[in-house]
Amino acid sequence: MDTQKYVIRQISIFSENRPGRLAAIAHALGEEKINILAFSIAEANGFGVVRALVDHPEKAHDKLLSLGFNVAFTDVIAVKMKDQPGGLYEVAKILGDAGVNIEYSYAYSGKEGAVLILRVDMVEEAIQKIKTSGATLLERSVFH
Amino acid sequence: MRSWDPRIEEMPKEDLRKMQYKLLKSLVYRLYSFSPFYHERMKEQNVHPDDIRELSDVKKLPFMFKRDLRDNYPDKIFTSTQEDLVRYHVSSGTTGKPTVVGYTQNDLDSWTTSLARALTSLGLGRGDVIQVSYGYGLFTGGLGLHYGAERIGATVLPTSVGNTERQIELMQDLGATAIACTPSYLLHIGEVAEKMGVDIKKDTKLRTGVLGAEPWTDRMRTRIEDWLGIKAYDIYGTSELSGPMFTECVEQKGFHIWSDLALVEIIDPATGESLGPGEKGELTITMLQKEALPMIRYRIGDITIMDDDVCACGRTHPRIQRIQGRVDDMLIIRGINVFPSQVEYALMGIPEVGQHFQIVVERKGALDDMLVRVELSKGSFSDKITDIMKVRQKVEHRLRNSLNVNVNVELVEPGSLPRFEGKAKRVIDKRSL
Repeated sequence: MDTQKYVIRQISIFSENRPGRLAAIAHALGEEKINILAFSIAEANGFGVVRALVDHPEKAHDKLLSLGFNVAFTDVIAVKMKDQPGGLYEVAKILGDAGVNIEYSYAYSGKEGAVLILRVDMVEEAIQKIKTSGATLLERSVFH
Repeated sequence: MRSWDPRIEEMPKEDLRKMQYKLLKSLVYRLYSFSPFYHERMKEQNVHPDDIRELSDVKKLPFMFKRDLRDNYPDKIFTSTQEDLVRYHVSSGTTGKPTVVGYTQNDLDSWTTSLARALTSLGLGRGDVIQVSYGYGLFTGGLGLHYGAERIGATVLPTSVGNTERQIELMQDLGATAIACTPSYLLHIGEVAEKMGVDIKKDTKLRTGVLGAEPWTDRMRTRIEDWLGIKAYDIYGTSELSGPMFTECVEQKGFHIWSDLALVEIIDPATGESLGPGEKGELTITMLQKEALPMIRYRIGDITIMDDDVCACGRTHPRIQRIQGRVDDMLIIRGINVFPSQVEYALMGIPEVGQHFQIVVERKGALDDMLVRVELSKGSFSDKITDIMKVRQKVEHRLRNSLNVNVNVELVEPGSLPRFEGKAKRVIDKRSL
């Protein structure tokens, strides 16, 4: 199975924990006409990491880098969830049973239903298990 | 020649101390009797020359500071009349008024002797061609090195500063074996030489650099030595002491401070208490033989460590380490003296963070709280929060080990800390004491 098409490039940005930092990032992306499809902020005592799925990750990366931001790419996967009670449980159970650890995750309400973005320790393994269990993985082409 | 004056330079420590005591005693009597300034100062401190009964009694004497020279501009505290002076030097006052130093013939002789010993300890002597690329004029560097080099029988090439291409041509044509200048000027000479197609290593006879008059590091030393193929030695002094006076010897393990000319103390800058060998503090010098402008317990403001062991070269006089910072920059955090230079040094060894930093000190409750803000290097950011936490812990750990005080670290975005041209202002002290 070609698992690569399910691997999505997320951009992660190191940010100081002070007013205006998210605005600076969002402004830079807006200027480049980059659309943010999903994003989250993780906060840790004094600093934060902004994570986003965008339509043009390379362009976003280069723009932010040129502005002096610390930017990194991270591989994530996106799983379609049922937008109803128990939806998250189904996905989480598949990975839990397979021994795949979720490092972090965030959700967004996509155009065709809820989507769960996952950063896991074993990407290949997770893709295989999700596929065989019958759940739907979104392909990279949905995002970029 | 190993030593310029072996009798003095290799004198047993006990004899050196006896000599220092005698010189100190007569100096104090002379100043108390003939100088209104020093008389007044000693009265204020409630000390009389008769109280100086052994060398360590120097501690009873009052300190002198740079401001004493500024406040008495130009020559109010000179203890020689103008007729007895043979030269003036004037230091550029970076803050406020300049300071003027006067020299009698004996003062110049002591200065020159000091440098003759120092240059000899670097292996220089008759047969050497010493290019003096320190400024000649009101600044002490040029003329000081000039007479020191002549005294040891070397041939002086008095190029002073500037016209670098001509300096390099003369260095080649006249076979300069040593150069005395600031380390940054030598780097500049190296760069200009490269552009001219001159390889200092191969195309010149240069093998020794006598470098000083500005702070530099061991890193810079390694770079200069590897690049130019010379041995680079540090030289130390200030115009108040006479000028550049003391160098390292070939061992490169600290400046030899000639005991018959200068009595060294290391002082806790906060309390004025004397510190022992191996302890870091403010360099304080009493000039034992100066005539025109005596200096008693002069607090130079430079931070260093004294080493009183006999040097491997055989010289018995105490040494001081390379200058580690300025007292003006010192912070006292929970009673511990902390220098921004220590922070800089600790950060240098951590690739995950940049070299720029900012120190913020606050008082939280009864305790001082020190925060070091430092930039997370590009390329050392992964998406993982735990990785960033690890970097922060590493920096905190290193700083705590080298400063002996607990430090909080804040990682900030690259390029977000202020950059400085010239003197950096890296400390924000919010404590209102």
